[in-house]
Amino acid sequence: MARPKISRQSTNIDMTAMCDVAFLLLSFFILTTKFKAPEAIPVITPSSVSAKIAPETDVTLITISKDGKAFLSMDNEEVKEKMVEDMNKEKNLGLSAADVQAFKKVSFFGSSFGQLKQYLQIPKDQLKGASVPGIPIDTANNELIDWMKYIVAAHSSTGAKFNLILKGDNLSKYPQFKSVVSAFKKNAQFKFQMVTNPEGVPMGTDLWKRYQKGESQGG
Amino acid sequence: MAEMDTSGGGHHKKGPGVKKAKKLSTRVDLTPMVDLGFLLITFFIFTTTMSQPTAMNLPLPDDTAKPEEQNKAKESGALTLMIGKNNAVYYYEGQLAVDASQNNFKSSTMKQIRDVIIDKKRRTPEKDLVIVIKPNEDATYKDLVDILDEMLINDIKRYALVDIVEVENQLIKLTEQNAGVK
Repeated sequence: MARPKISRQSTNIDMTAMCDVAFLLLSFFILTTKFKAPEAIPVITPSSVSAKIAPETDVTLITISKDGKAFLSMDNEEVKEKMVEDMNKEKNLGLSAADVQAFKKVSFFGSSFGQLKQYLQIPKDQLKGASVPGIPIDTANNELIDWMKYIVAAHSSTGAKFNLILKGDNLSKYPQFKSVVSAFKKNAQFKFQMVTNPEGVPMGTDLWKRYQKGESQGG
Repeated sequence: MAEMDTSGGGHHKKGPGVKKAKKLSTRVDLTPMVDLGFLLITFFIFTTTMSQPTAMNLPLPDDTAKPEEQNKAKESGALTLMIGKNNAVYYYEGQLAVDASQNNFKSSTMKQIRDVIIDKKRRTPEKDLVIVIKPNEDATYKDLVDILDEMLINDIKRYALVDIVEVENQLIKLTEQNAGVK
């Protein structure tokens, strides 16, 4: 018996199209990835149900590390310049023009006023949160109050937006938080935000019920 | 697609004795390249931080405000939460009363405190309810944020962050000692 011949279909698939798609996606992901700004020290933030996104520009960020050190970082160079001028004049820090430039470029501050000159001379790649002392925030010697004074003054004179953000580590203790908050209060800053990780609202609670009713999820 | 036309230009006849060059397939197997592409995509997806950090508002009271302008809390509507070591939460309602005849100082944990707050909220008229939060020096920042988060979760309109009083702190220390907390 002669069978009718079934023509063999090739199982080779043309991979070119798939390859194109894969690399298109790849380039998309690479290009849209935003690298994180260098952080003073790794901090694990607590979570909250707050649904508000933390602001990203014009921020004044105070970081409290888990061993209780405080760091300050700001992204607006115009404000920083104004700030360092005032500070240099009033505190007699003796900063040279090069130090002022370094002040504008440095990503975070973590030293007392007295050590600021040496601090600014640390090369950028050696600046690590773990090796610097942090801004003193003891109740006896809370230098953050003065830092905040210059920050507030510089913001109001340049007219820049002011977003005060506090980022604390899970394990940092309450007294440090209190010192930072008292520095805010002393400078009449009664509104600030705390950076947290998003977390779901537990079921059955009052907030959950409100969301179920369709109320807006505002902070 | 991934092949090139290697057949010569025209179909002109070659002379006798001219050998035909063997045609090599220029087809490239693209499968490993696709594999690599997708591997890299997966890598980038997983290393990208998807979740943006959120921020929690904490309005602060003005300490310098005149006492007569401050809002008074009704004693019956007050619930005081104190945060101690190891996520422990201590609480009392109204005024602290610890003596031989009565004791309203109770201990709880961060996980169970929600029930206490819900219970208090149900029993109290909304306009009277005020929660006072008093962390002591052993409290961590996480506990503080967790408690503030509970305020949000349970939709508490009035709450305040207040310094702990020495009497209360000693009570916490004593309770911790009795419970063997280091």
